[in-house]
Amino acid sequence: MRPVFLISDLLFFALIATLAVYALSLRHKPSDRAAWGRVFSSSVGKWSSILLVFFVLIGTVDSLHYQVNKDPEVLSALDTLLSPLRLAKEKTYSAPLADTLYVKENVVQPDGTVKREAPPLKHRHLMGTNKVGQDVFYLAIKGIRTGLMIGMLTTLITLPFAIGLGLSAGYFGGRIDDAIQYIYTTLNSIPSVLLIAATVLVVDVQIERYADKIGSAAERADYRLLALCAILGLTQWTGLARLLRAETLKLRELEYIQAAKAFQVNVARILMRHVLPNVGHLILITVVLDFSGLVLAEAVLSYVGAGVDPSTPSWGSMINGARLELAREPLVWWQLVTAFVFMFGLVMSANLFADQVRDAFDPRASS
Amino acid sequence: MFNYLLRRILYAVPILIGVNLITFALFFMVNTPDDMARLNLGNKRVTAEAIERWKVQHGYDKPLFVNPDAQGLGQVTDTLFVQKSLKLFTFDFEAGDDGRDIGREISHRMGPSMAVAIPTFFVGLLVYVSMALAFMLIRGGAAELWGLVALIAMMSISSLFFVIGGQFFVGKLWHWAPISGWGDGVSALKFILVPVLVGVLASVGESVRFYRTLFLEESGRDYVRTARAKGLSAGRVLFKHILRNSAIPILTGVVVVLPRLFLGSLIIESFFGIPGLGSYTIDAIQSQDFAVVRSMVFLGSFLYIVGLILTDLSYAVADPRVKLS
Repeated sequence: MRPVFLISDLLFFALIATLAVYALSLRHKPSDRAAWGRVFSSSVGKWSSILLVFFVLIGTVDSLHYQVNKDPEVLSALDTLLSPLRLAKEKTYSAPLADTLYVKENVVQPDGTVKREAPPLKHRHLMGTNKVGQDVFYLAIKGIRTGLMIGMLTTLITLPFAIGLGLSAGYFGGRIDDAIQYIYTTLNSIPSVLLIAATVLVVDVQIERYADKIGSAAERADYRLLALCAILGLTQWTGLARLLRAETLKLRELEYIQAAKAFQVNVARILMRHVLPNVGHLILITVVLDFSGLVLAEAVLSYVGAGVDPSTPSWGSMINGARLELAREPLVWWQLVTAFVFMFGLVMSANLFADQVRDAFDPRASS
Repeated sequence: MFNYLLRRILYAVPILIGVNLITFALFFMVNTPDDMARLNLGNKRVTAEAIERWKVQHGYDKPLFVNPDAQGLGQVTDTLFVQKSLKLFTFDFEAGDDGRDIGREISHRMGPSMAVAIPTFFVGLLVYVSMALAFMLIRGGAAELWGLVALIAMMSISSLFFVIGGQFFVGKLWHWAPISGWGDGVSALKFILVPVLVGVLASVGESVRFYRTLFLEESGRDYVRTARAKGLSAGRVLFKHILRNSAIPILTGVVVVLPRLFLGSLIIESFFGIPGLGSYTIDAIQSQDFAVVRSMVFLGSFLYIVGLILTDLSYAVADPRVKLS
């Protein structure tokens, strides 16, 4: 057994580490600590963050990948934990907690006659099985990592651009401001679903072209996921950049920045030490608010055909598959309902949490 | 005013050129015509001749920027960039991969698109603003708290569920309306009903919260306090003062999206089988018809910029404090 580090795993752990560093740095920032105190003291903030931590824990366990000797399949620690679920495969659809398959088959009886009945299942499935007989509950749990990755990695990728460009547009003004504003107006003017779908199409062709150079199927799916995050980020950074630009425009006229300039503190230092900490709350609020939108976007993109790799379990592809299941007779509802419950759980807790964070950190927030 | 408008229109040109360059880079440089041909002819084992033939057929057999074989000005104009990309500025769309003229498709399909998008938008606006006003009237109670939680819950539901749910319950289970399809004239009404309902419902959470924030912001102003101090009733303050003053941000929010209504809605149209521009675009993405996607990207950006210019104008019309110069 040897560990496998996919790029998204590494980025995910880097993100967790950043969160830890941020949490430690709070020791020196009493005002931020007080704001977080407000978030966690409300019952909504408490419960939503507990749920989120739970989701992140599952995502983390699912990001510890390894390969068993010669077996090409890349597994995660979560797969091992859930191997009873993962390996409990049936032939095709079965309803939640059913004893038999959902469809009837010709079964040969012990006395040699053939009878049409639903054959018994090998296992019991909490949320039933899908068309190819995989456990739906297991797939939904696997979807957590995909949802988290899309919500978190996209932000991680866009943050440097949004901060760098937003701050410099606001601080330097003039030509630089014009150029940066031009870039984001142009990007904004393209309908975002179209831009994303078009870019995903192009990336697909490229991945296809270099298919030989990309090793395993897991790596390929991982590249696709990363590409999707990067592409989503392409449309996502403009909002934060615009906010930061406006705030920096105001900040740069304040006395303490003027004083720093007069003392000839170098520009990078002014931006890092004097401007950035004072727009921190904006960054935090935007990141938390954007998260849920990104998780939801994945489902829409799956429908458009620009979602994650088909081999990556995701709620978007479950919902997309469920569309046809509702049209069949008798209908199959459990895949849709399971994906709905999981997605709703993550997005709702993220939304409630984001609301608390905004109320606690935004000085203008209305109560 | 006229000068301002002229300047804004001139300012839009570089943005459209930028959009044009981005799409050109995506579709011709990252993704070469060879890739496109291979994709269309079915990936593996395609001969070089077949690729050449496809490129000639679809007019992709020209160099990107400079054509050394052509005469005079043709060196610059007889290239992919001018023929395929700059031509969009004249709204001269080419033919899609299925050979149909994109321009004609657009003019056929904008009717059904608007028939769904415009009612969705205005019914939505009415519902959202009224709900946000209702939230202002119940401020500070338990009802408001639960209402807000309900809004967040609505926000947390993927729009796909609204579409699938609407189709399933209204169409399949209750048989109130056809599941999908389209008819001419008045018969189209029954096909429009469910999509409009779903469209309105899908963004209830976000929109009501947005309008509520607008009203809340307005209600913190001095003139509101003065009005209350004079003893006006809560309803009168809300409708006569807050609503009328919030009309400006509401109006400008409306104006910016108006031109885009023309493009319809991607998801709703394709789910309900409405033969509009949204479903056209989705089909193009799914069948990887790059010519159509390119045209729709350009059209979408163009309409967005029209929306921005209209927004500025509407500011000047609605708000006497704003003077365009």
